[in-house]
Amino acid sequence: MTTVIEARGLIKRYGRFAAVDGIDLAVEKGEVFGLLGPNGSGKTTTILLLLGLTEPTAGSISVLGLDPLRQPLAVKTRVGYLPDQIGFYDHLTAWENLAYTARLAGVISKEADGRIAGALGRVRLEEVANRRVATFSRGMRQRLGLAEVLVKKAEIAILDEPTSGLDPQSTQELLDLIRELAGEGVTFVLSSHQLAMMQTICDRVALFRRGQVGLVGRVEELTANVLGGTFRIEVETENADLVKVLAGVRHVSGLTPLQDRRWRIDADADVRADVAHHIVGAGGVLHSISMRKATLDEVYVRFFEGENHDVAA
Amino acid sequence: MTSRREGSPFAGLSTIALKEAADHMNSIRIHLVMVLVLLTAIGSVYAAIGQIKATVGEDQFLFLRLFTTAQQPLPSFVFFLGFLVPLVAIALGFDAINGEYNRRTLSRVLSQPIYRDALLTGKFMGGLLVIAICLLALWLLVTGLGMLLLGLPPSSEEITRGLAFLFASFVYAGVWLAVAMAFSTIVKSPATSALCALTAWLLFTVFWPMLAPLIAGAVAPVDPLDPLTAVHQIDVQQAIARISPNTLYGETTLALLNPATRSLGLLFTDQLSGALMGAPLPFSLSVALIWPQLAGMIAALLVLFTIAYVSFQRQEIRA
Ligand SMILES: Nc1ncnc2c1ncn2[C@@H]1O[C@H](COP(=O)(O)OP(=O)(O)O)[C@@H](O)[C@H]1O
Ligand SMILES: [Mg+2]
Repeated sequence: MTTVIEARGLIKRYGRFAAVDGIDLAVEKGEVFGLLGPNGSGKTTTILLLLGLTEPTAGSISVLGLDPLRQPLAVKTRVGYLPDQIGFYDHLTAWENLAYTARLAGVISKEADGRIAGALGRVRLEEVANRRVATFSRGMRQRLGLAEVLVKKAEIAILDEPTSGLDPQSTQELLDLIRELAGEGVTFVLSSHQLAMMQTICDRVALFRRGQVGLVGRVEELTANVLGGTFRIEVETENADLVKVLAGVRHVSGLTPLQDRRWRIDADADVRADVAHHIVGAGGVLHSISMRKATLDEVYVRFFEGENHDVAA
Repeated sequence: MTSRREGSPFAGLSTIALKEAADHMNSIRIHLVMVLVLLTAIGSVYAAIGQIKATVGEDQFLFLRLFTTAQQPLPSFVFFLGFLVPLVAIALGFDAINGEYNRRTLSRVLSQPIYRDALLTGKFMGGLLVIAICLLALWLLVTGLGMLLLGLPPSSEEITRGLAFLFASFVYAGVWLAVAMAFSTIVKSPATSALCALTAWLLFTVFWPMLAPLIAGAVAPVDPLDPLTAVHQIDVQQAIARISPNTLYGETTLALLNPATRSLGLLFTDQLSGALMGAPLPFSLSVALIWPQLAGMIAALLVLFTIAYVSFQRQEIRA
């Protein structure tokens, strides 16, 4: 594993307000890294700093071993960027838009045509390649943005809020595409305020809050550490008095009746098999049993709720 | 910006310039102003030809008269050009940068391996390219019309002077393009920056000639007993008038297209038609005469472009 992005003590102040307030990050080659946090927590600013589009007040950054401030062209040749609310030249076609940025990126024109055709195919826009972008939906624009990253053959793709404003189907399509490309070795840095949506795709995440990173790590680690390994199991059952049935079952720490025949069981381990065994053993009918995975939203709220009171005033 | 940055500031320059030029050539906005310019040009030249045919006996520079002759109620071709060229330049430049912000294309373009310098300079070059093509076409059109309707070819001196006039018009347009682009970087909304540029245009082409005498009168009042104060006032008035690029352009065209012009001083402050007829000056002397005016326009262009450049470099790209 090699580190492709490294930031140390990164600070960006606007006047006296610190939009990014001392961030340390390390992104490994080939991973999907999530910058997650609510709006205004400094994700976009961090991205702009990584790309050298804005100057840090303090701190050091290295992207692919290069300094984005001193060697911005070298960095921008190898890093693709999909800005928040991406815009294209509406009067040009999808193809023309890509051809323009390919020329700016220094892709020689002989090679560009092939790359553009390939990229448009990958993002399933080949049929509308010659339509003006003015007619494109938001999902299509996002995919076109991803095609631009492909044309450039970027080693790192930095996507700012790639799924915001997309309908569920477009979101799924985009996430699938990202997963596919990540499988081919492209390093992804994604920012989002939709934590739960991102947790399925990110290898590691950094949780942002007020310009600082509260937590970094793999999603399972974070849920386990922060939520103390709580498991929530829901069962739907008949002819069984769960209070009696589950008394004495190990790891179960709580039992709450929900509406008709449904119960919620809190446990500190995955006790689905045990619970099912006991219900059936007691002559009950088990209609369903499911475990809800903890979401990053819960992790976020739990982790930062302590601080919340301090700064609320 | 860091001083030790690596890579060429010109990377991507020609790509941007060519795209901008192509965009302009396809845009309805530019088509409209071009049609406007074309119609007025043809109208004024056609009228001038009628006038020249009616009055002229022996004139050495018949062709140049095409540009400068005014036939009531139409003003001359150069007057129209002085008035309309800024409009073309403003139409080309008023949304150069803020338009990219509004379309949210700026950060996508700047995330390509180019510097901001290249974007701004490329857009400026693209605009200049369009202006150059249009002026050249216009000039060829007028010359062609003249040859057809007057029935004689221009002399080499007339062609040289015509080309010099073309270059002066190009520089003049460049000044206004720089004005429009400076507003497009400083003002966030394209509508507002268009209004700002148009206000500057109205101020300098319409109101400045009226304001200059007023200001001069206040700054250097005339003492009825001392005739030199009157001369001084006119000097002051001329200096103030020359703040306007329109004045500089007017004086330049006067000297270039009216070879008899011997001085841009006291005698010739009003219009071209008022110029005295005398022995014509050779071309080199006419150029020497307009040198300060031309240098002034180029300096203005550079200063305005620098303003745009500095303001753009300091901007936060978040769109
Ligand atoms: N140019 C600026 N001047 C002042 N404050 C800014 C500027 N840009 C961003 N901010 C502030 O910085 C904070 C972080 O913004 P941003 O990085 O865009 O957050 P996110 O992308 O996580 O939503 C916000 O509170 C925002 O208001
Ligand atoms: Mg953001």
